[in-house]
Amino acid sequence: MSILNNSRFVWSRVSQLDVRHHVGEETATLIYRAVLIVLIALVLAFATAAFSAAPNLLNVLRQASLMFLLASGLTLVILSGGFDLSIAANLTLSACLAAGVMKTGGSPILAAATALSCSTLIGLLNGLAVTLLRLPPFLATYGMLWVVQGLAFHYMGGNEIYGFPTAFRTLGTGFLGGIPLPVYMMVFVLIGATIVTGGLNFGREIYAIGANSEVARLSGIPVRRRKIAVYTISGLMSGIAALVYLARVNAADSAMGEPLLLPVIAAILIGGTSLFGGAGSLLGTLSGCVILALVIDGMNLLNLNANWQPLVIGSVLLIAVLADVLGRGRKERIG
Amino acid sequence: MEASVERVSVVRTRRPVPSIVATSAVLAVAAMLGVPGFASSGNVTNIGLQVSILLIIAMPMTLVILSEGLDLSVGALLSLCAVVFAQTLGLGWGMALALGASVAVGMLTGLFNGALIAKLGLPPFVVTLGTLGIAHGIALVLTDGNAVVVGNPSVAQLYAWTILGIPFPVIFALLAYALTHLLLYHTRFGTYVFAIGGNRDALLLAGIKAKAFHIAIYVFGGLMVGLAALVLVGRMNSAEPASAIGMEFDAIAAVVLGGTSFERGEGWLFGTVMGVVTIGVLRNALNLLGIESSLQVVSVGILVLLVVVIDSVRKSRVNGAKA
Repeated sequence: MSILNNSRFVWSRVSQLDVRHHVGEETATLIYRAVLIVLIALVLAFATAAFSAAPNLLNVLRQASLMFLLASGLTLVILSGGFDLSIAANLTLSACLAAGVMKTGGSPILAAATALSCSTLIGLLNGLAVTLLRLPPFLATYGMLWVVQGLAFHYMGGNEIYGFPTAFRTLGTGFLGGIPLPVYMMVFVLIGATIVTGGLNFGREIYAIGANSEVARLSGIPVRRRKIAVYTISGLMSGIAALVYLARVNAADSAMGEPLLLPVIAAILIGGTSLFGGAGSLLGTLSGCVILALVIDGMNLLNLNANWQPLVIGSVLLIAVLADVLGRGRKERIG
Repeated sequence: MEASVERVSVVRTRRPVPSIVATSAVLAVAAMLGVPGFASSGNVTNIGLQVSILLIIAMPMTLVILSEGLDLSVGALLSLCAVVFAQTLGLGWGMALALGASVAVGMLTGLFNGALIAKLGLPPFVVTLGTLGIAHGIALVLTDGNAVVVGNPSVAQLYAWTILGIPFPVIFALLAYALTHLLLYHTRFGTYVFAIGGNRDALLLAGIKAKAFHIAIYVFGGLMVGLAALVLVGRMNSAEPASAIGMEFDAIAAVVLGGTSFERGEGWLFGTVMGVVTIGVLRNALNLLGIESSLQVVSVGILVLLVVVIDSVRKSRVNGAKA
């Protein structure tokens, strides 16, 4: 609501380009992202006719939703000043386990329960390693990445498991009122997480820990417990994303999650969440996911050889980090 | 007040024997007793060959971690350097010139990483994650995803060359260790590496160009990776765009096993050597026992976790005794 009012206000003074003078930092960031999304979409619409087709647009939305499910947990971790490099490997292992359960005749419910317990456990272990062992988050979760990935390799033994019950596949491929089911999940998670981060004490404490964990500790926030909680939530979200992804592609292999790691991190940074903790929002992450989904879709539509994709995504990631730090520097200079 | 706190922490840093000494000894004895064929001379040579590349890339990783950094791009960069080395050989370049190209690619990437990290203050793990993607992407684009087979026989000959029974890759790796030791303990550069991790602000206030030295750490890393490509290509007689991806995991694990800390610039270069040998022994023993490489990764992870837990318990005990 306020975004709408503010944006009208802003566009009435287009000559003054820096939106930040008129609205809050947060809103300004979101407006910039929205403009960027429209620009990319326009470029793609002119470049390829296939882009504007409804199935393609829905596909972009579905891809963005999937990324957002994975990114939402990591956003919380980053807001608290931590990091989680294990999310994509976690998705892989959880999806492979769920696939294995269904392949051996287990019900989709049992498969989902297996995936979610596995992913949540991995998140909990990350949280314990970061708090109890005081390991730097990127180190602990990087080690976890390879351990989890190794378990997935071992479990799959180089094979692929495919063909799941229709009821399960609906989770990824189903529609409700013409809109893919994952989009509803995304909206649900977005609303839930925004309420938690914006309104509840838990969310405020996460921001406080990310801004300065020592001050947070001294003001009586149970820093360790909150940190363990965010890593556990991140694990849980990886499991949810694993189920949606598995349902969508209808196949599991031990490399399925890996290509998601860089785009998801890039999406979060583009969404304005700071790597240094304490600043950012879930809505920003959503805008970043849409941007990355558009970029990936554009590369596919323009028939850019898949070999180029790591190069493009890696560059986007670096540009996003650069923008984060340079923007922060400017803010500090402004005061 | 401030000063007395400092003094306490100085006393604390008089560390007991690092856990890696006991860990590697226990592991080696267990492998000798429990794994048939482990103690044969042929197998020992084999371990040496297997750890040579790891030792070369773990040396600069120690310096990077000492400076409170991390380099996740090493594996992807090594693959890229190997591709560049093999492709320039394929163009008919001599081995020295081709190695020069590989080293140039490595050092340029190191310069790029270092500049972003030191000049702009970007977090090392994200920067090197980005360069991981870029290096992997370039290697894929250059090769179109295929392996580059080396026609020039001299690389494989050099790999197989032995001096007094010691294989060339082992000698090469030991030279890399000697060079790094010299740089770290006998030059101003080395002193600053410890200081960048320990107290960068003091270094800046003292008027030292800390940023230049900080960048130099990553450039040195690129140099070593570029050189390691020679051993990698010699071993496989070909280069694949993803052949070394993930190798930075073993390098980081070796440094952490060796007792180098991510904080306060504490570390021990020879500890990394012991960490490398420990990982080599563990992987070799598991190989002989027929355990596949995916579970070896898991075992290395568990070993590192074990050592970290032991160290953290010991440290809290020392601190407890002091308090």
